Amino acid sequence: MHIAHIFASGMGGIRTSGDLVAWMQLIKKMKLAEAKKYVAQKLGIELLDLTNEEVMRPLREDLGIGTTTSVAGSPKGIRAKLKVAELLDVSINSVELFKSQTGF
Amino acid sequence: MGDGELVSISAEEIKEDILAATQEAAQRAEIPELTADEIEQLFDIMAEPSRAVSVASGQEVIVTDDGCSMSFYSGQDGGGVGIPMSRLQAVLTYERACAADTTSMGHSDYSFKPVKPIINFEMNEYYTASMMTTAPFLYGAQPNMGLYFQPDGPHPNPADLLPRGKIKEAQEVQEAAAEQLRQDLVFVGKKLNGIGCEGLNFDTAGSAGDADYWAALQAVSDLRKAAPNLPIIMGGSGEFVLGMHGEVTFSDKQLAGMYPHEQAKIAEAAGASIYGVAVGTNTNESLAWNIARALTFVKEAVAAVDIPVHANVGMGVGGVPMMEAPPLDSVTRASKSLVQIGKADGL
Repeated sequence: MHIAHIFASGMGGIRTSGDLVAWMQLIKKMKLAEAKKYVAQKLGIELLDLTNEEVMRPLREDLGIGTTTSVAGSPKGIRAKLKVAELLDVSINSVELFKSQTGF
Repeated sequence: MGDGELVSISAEEIKEDILAATQEAAQRAEIPELTADEIEQLFDIMAEPSRAVSVASGQEVIVTDDGCSMSFYSGQDGGGVGIPMSRLQAVLTYERACAADTTSMGHSDYSFKPVKPIINFEMNEYYTASMMTTAPFLYGAQPNMGLYFQPDGPHPNPADLLPRGKIKEAQEVQEAAAEQLRQDLVFVGKKLNGIGCEGLNFDTAGSAGDADYWAALQAVSDLRKAAPNLPIIMGGSGEFVLGMHGEVTFSDKQLAGMYPHEQAKIAEAAGASIYGVAVGTNTNESLAWNIARALTFVKEAVAAVDIPVHANVGMGVGGVPMMEAPPLDSVTRASKSLVQIGKADGL
C-alpha cells in the first residue's frame, strides 16, 4: 500500500529529489511549495524537474548526494548526507555527529 | 466501499455521497464544506476509468511513513509480508528500491513504552542504519497510553473505573499515566537525539484519549527545549480527540473534541515540525463518501497552520478502506484526492 502512495503521489526519494524536499519540511518546517522552491533554487533547476529522473539522476551523481542505482565508489549514506547538508545549507543531526567524530 | 468491497455506483449516487460526507464533516468541525468545484474535481477522480490514478506532474508530495519498511519482514497483523529480512535490509530496500521520500525504523510493538528498557539496542541499530541511509531516517512509535494501565501497566484502568461512576478517580489515574508517558517519550527522544537522530515520529497520538494527546504535546514541547534541532512529526489518531478525561488542557485549550484543524494548531504551538491528520474510515459508506469526508477535514487543517500537514493514509484512515490489503484503485484515489484537492503537504 505504501508503494501505491509513492507511485501515485510521491516525489521519488533519492531517485529524484524527494529526500531533499523532505529534509526542508522536517528541518525548516517548510510547507510543500516553499520547500520545493528552495530545493529547486539550490539545485539550479526548474520546479518541474524536481521529479524528472532524466535531470535528477545525473545531477545527483555529479553533486555526490546519492543515487538510487548503486555506483561503486559514489557517495551513499552519511557521505551523501554530508553533501546534502552543504547543498541545502541545513544542519542534519546525524551529519553533525559524524563531523564531530571525524574532525570536520 | 470503506470495507474494500468492489461495488458499482451510479454517477448520481457518487455525487450524493460526496455532498453528504462533506456536509457531515463541516457540521461536526464547524468548518467549510468542499466547494462545488472541488466536488466536481473529486467526482472526476472517482470516475476515472483507469484502475490506478496519480497526481498531475509537478503536484507530487512528500510521502513519509510510519514504519513501512517493517512491512517487509513483519506478519499479517502489521500488514507485513513476512520476508526474512533484517531491519537494516528492509530500510535500505524501502529507500533505494521503492523510491521512498523518507524511511524509518521502530520497535516491533511500535509503542514507546517497550522501547525504554531496550533503548541501547535501538540506539545502536538506529546509529548503524543512519550511517547507510541517504533519505531522512526517522524513529517512530506510538505514545499508546493504554499500555500504562492494568493489566499491562502500573495504573488502575479508567475503563474499569468509569463504568462504576468513579469519574474523579479515572481522571486522576489518566493524569498519572500521562505524566509517566510524557517522561518516557522525552527519555527516548533525548537518547535518540544523542546519537544523531534525524527525526522522531509520535505516531497516532491520542489513541487513549485527551490525556494521551496531552502527553505527546508536552513531550514535543519538552524536546523542543532539550533537543531544538530534532525534527518531530506528530500524528493524530482520529478526526477528533477523544475525551476520556474530558478536562485536560494544553496552552489553556481543552484537548477533548479537537478536530484536525485545531489539532494541527496545537501541535504547531507545541513545536511539532509536521502534523499528521488522521480521519477514520466508515466501513459502511462508499469510497467517495469516505474520501470527501477526509478531504474536508484535511483541507482545513492544511490552511490553518504554517507547518507542513501530511494526511494519514494507512489502512482505515484518510479514505483508505479498512482492510489488510486495501484495493489499489481505492488507495490511489484517496492519495490523488488528498493531494490535489486537500492540498496536503505530504502523505
